[in-house]
Amino acid sequence: MSEMDELMAVFSMTGGDRAILADAGTAHLVASGHSILSSRTVEGLEVLAKETRSGITAGIRVTAGTRIEKPVHLCFGVVHRKGTQRILMHVTMEDGASARFIAHCLFPKAEKVKHIMDASVTIGEGSEMRYSEVHYHGMSGGVEVLPRLAVFVGRNGKYYTDFTLTTGRVGKLSIDYDVTAGENAFVELVARVFGHGKDEIKVKEKVTLAGENARGMIKARIAVEDDATAEVTGITEGNAAGSRGHVDCMEIVKDRAVAKASPQVQVNHPLAKVTHEAAIGSVDRKQMETLMAHGLSPVEAVDVIVKGILR
Amino acid sequence: MPLLEIKDLLFRAGPGGSAALLDGLSMVIEEGEVHALLGTNGTGKSTLAYLIMGCEGYGHAGGKVLFQGEDVAGFPIHERARRGISLAWQEPVRFEGITVRDYLTLKNGKIDPSELLELVGLQPGSYLGRMVDRKLSGGERKRIELASILALGPLLAVLDEPDSGIDMLSTQDIINVITRFKQKGSAVLLITHREEIARIADRASQLCKGRIVCTGSPEKVAEFYKSRKCLTCTAEECIHV
Repeated sequence: MSEMDELMAVFSMTGGDRAILADAGTAHLVASGHSILSSRTVEGLEVLAKETRSGITAGIRVTAGTRIEKPVHLCFGVVHRKGTQRILMHVTMEDGASARFIAHCLFPKAEKVKHIMDASVTIGEGSEMRYSEVHYHGMSGGVEVLPRLAVFVGRNGKYYTDFTLTTGRVGKLSIDYDVTAGENAFVELVARVFGHGKDEIKVKEKVTLAGENARGMIKARIAVEDDATAEVTGITEGNAAGSRGHVDCMEIVKDRAVAKASPQVQVNHPLAKVTHEAAIGSVDRKQMETLMAHGLSPVEAVDVIVKGILR
Repeated sequence: MPLLEIKDLLFRAGPGGSAALLDGLSMVIEEGEVHALLGTNGTGKSTLAYLIMGCEGYGHAGGKVLFQGEDVAGFPIHERARRGISLAWQEPVRFEGITVRDYLTLKNGKIDPSELLELVGLQPGSYLGRMVDRKLSGGERKRIELASILALGPLLAVLDEPDSGIDMLSTQDIINVITRFKQKGSAVLLITHREEIARIADRASQLCKGRIVCTGSPEKVAEFYKSRKCLTCTAEECIHV
């Protein structure tokens, strides 16, 4: 089986469909290890991708005023049991551009795999970018994933990102996102992760509301069971008049798992406002009782609640 | 055999169980009967609902709760639900990430959720895809809870103030739901403060000072209730306890 076939065999675990890659109207970039297996661009999208010794580098540009209708699919992974993949990526959304990216990150057989992503994103004036990252790490827990992202959102720009790892094991995950929002910019960062076994989850997300009337939302939904651990740090700074931020963290803990949440809010301007909420603990009793009154067993009820918060 | 028979129920609350919130309460609900339960705030109507459902922290200190002749004291909530008891809470809890469609079909994927929503006065096209979360108003959430209990087709539906939080123009929607329970053969224990809702019941009871002090037609019990000084009386003054 080719590496492409092996990746595609688990593509659906992250919501992918191989037919997408055959669609001439849908842009994509597929890389396994340090090999670029397939790529396609569409009008207004420039992709400059190169293989390196340990992974790939990619420069992606959406030209001014371009609105890409269909999501751009990025598929990164390692199909071998051992290996390292380092992705260096820079995305530029020029003024007035709009695009949605879906990154499928696949490590189905990983026993000792390290995936490092260093990405930077520049979003121009009035531009909008949606970036969804869906991971599947297989069932052994032998993956270490280190996504690091720095984003600048320009005036009237919008940036949405959601990270999802809710199927299979996590292994070791350490997310480090840092987003700066300019005047009237909007930022939303969402992370959903379900840890099992001895998985270790660290999520650090920071939003700096640098411009007037900038808006930011950090939302984390984490569930941990068995001996898994989770540590979520959501940081928002309000540095300009009219800026508004919110940090919202919910963690459900089962078995011997341990979870921590550290919402950190800082306001450096009298007309800025930042709020936070964090809830950690076992499943809400009233939610449980409500579902049990519908005839669900305690196990079924927990399953419904956890799936709900990770949805 | 009655569907539900409660005998000399005793439930204590407060520090060390010092206060008897339900004190020798007895009542019977027949199969398919809509039975209204009236009483002032704090008399233990919701407590009785939680005891029947078996909620955590609501174990009775004495007496019996018999459902179809079976003592359900040792059964957890889901076992009682599987025997045919269900409860619509006065303030239904919210769920993240669960759509109204999923919620209504939790235990029965064959039911038509659109029909249920229409029955409770909600447009299916506007609600089926929404989440049962904080973005719903209290009244919307309440209607969805009623629809979800209706979907279960329980033998006994305990409805804890189904009309609270519902605007006065929509009272008929609530009456329609209760009527539908009855049409489907469910008995209903209907906790309410609104006389026009209570009047659709087959029978009613008034709870006061931890006991049922009057049972009869809804009209009779409502008149009895209104004639008394429940809000100001003490147990000593109450001639019915």
